[in-house]
Amino acid sequence: MAGETRFRPHDVMRMVQRDQRARLLADDSIWLCLTCETCTARCPNGLDPARVVDALRELSMTEAPGRIPKAIAAFHRSFLEEVKRTGRMGEFGLVLRYKLRTGQFMKDVGAVPSMVRRGKLKPLAPSIKGVKGVRRIFEKCAEARRANGQEEVRP
Amino acid sequence: MKIGYYPGCSLHGTARELDESLRAVSAALGVHLQEVEDWSCCGATSGHATDHLLSVALAARNLALAEAQGMDQVLAPCAACFSRLASARHEARNDAEIREKLPELLGLPFTNTVAVRNLVDLLRGLAPEIKAKATKPLQGMKVACYYGCLLVRPPEVADFDDPEQPTSMEEVVKAAGGTPVTWNHRMDCCGGAFSLSRTGSVIRLGRAILDDARTAGADAIAVACPMCHSNLDFRQSAMALRGEAPMPIFFLTELVGLALGLEPKALGIRRHFVSAAPLLERQCAAGKGVS
Repeated sequence: MAGETRFRPHDVMRMVQRDQRARLLADDSIWLCLTCETCTARCPNGLDPARVVDALRELSMTEAPGRIPKAIAAFHRSFLEEVKRTGRMGEFGLVLRYKLRTGQFMKDVGAVPSMVRRGKLKPLAPSIKGVKGVRRIFEKCAEARRANGQEEVRP
Repeated sequence: MKIGYYPGCSLHGTARELDESLRAVSAALGVHLQEVEDWSCCGATSGHATDHLLSVALAARNLALAEAQGMDQVLAPCAACFSRLASARHEARNDAEIREKLPELLGLPFTNTVAVRNLVDLLRGLAPEIKAKATKPLQGMKVACYYGCLLVRPPEVADFDDPEQPTSMEEVVKAAGGTPVTWNHRMDCCGGAFSLSRTGSVIRLGRAILDDARTAGADAIAVACPMCHSNLDFRQSAMALRGEAPMPIFFLTELVGLALGLEPKALGIRRHFVSAAPLLERQCAAGKGVS
């Protein structure tokens, strides 16, 4: 994805060293990283840029939430919401939530019949038995974020 | 051999042929898969991109369950699930603060005793059995082995094969009677979790991978990850509109299953978007020619 970003991993690392936080968080480069881990695997200085990008994304959620690309934010929220509801990621529920958030109702609709024919589309999934344990994890992590003065992840 | 089994969410949906083919191949090779009871989502990309602690805890819940259910190792056939579970194990081992927090976060005891294994690792270990039991070897089918990102990276977490020049998928394909091709894009990213939110990026990345496999003369690509499969198979429909030649994408388990003489239907191969039928018919004809 580096080809589609303004700041590449080495730029990000240098900007972090120079404390150019505002400039980094004002750009969507960190949200376009797919965590392919290539930079981390190959860093000649043994650094871990992929983890740094994850940390920057967490900062960005508190400090520059408006800068997160809308489709990507909608995907993450829809994904975590579905996991919190059922304990698992039901693809149908994820896509439905994503469409409601983005208004992209027609996206991939043409593929629905072929998905059904292949047995790949399942209706809304029931919750797992231990869904309360999964919700507990979400709640405890939200508490920890509030204690740190961070915006909580609100699925 | 008995191993804990963490299917992960995709194997109950768009990647159900991976679940089907894995179960069929395991039965044929005498591997008993014991599913982790009441498993939950590993947190995937959305977990680690938004909340580090959440990403470790969601994955660790499954390791804690496996531990309580008496397992010492768990197979995660999805490369992304494998990476999240292995990351949780790695973090809990190396970060004392997280290790101490986890039992309270999970509401479960957690001593981090369960090893996490990926699909290619399991099959490579079984290569001699695959070779011995291959009643319908792949007749030299030219296969581009696609590792993608998370099977081998980051190396400290995956702790599997060489992170730059892995060979294990090729070993499995050879055991199944196929011929691995030499190509360049086998470790590049397919676009992962952007299938919905940045479909254009996924098609761009996928096209580069498919083009390179074609240039290398591959008949098909082998993958070991539901997202890689979906991004290369399902998203090929957009490329077919521009007249690009179809390239069948197989899960590695499906190729092994074919070599073991299992029926394509039992392996879920008919669920692919890019039909494998023309290639399998050519294979079949070649097989008759040889015998």
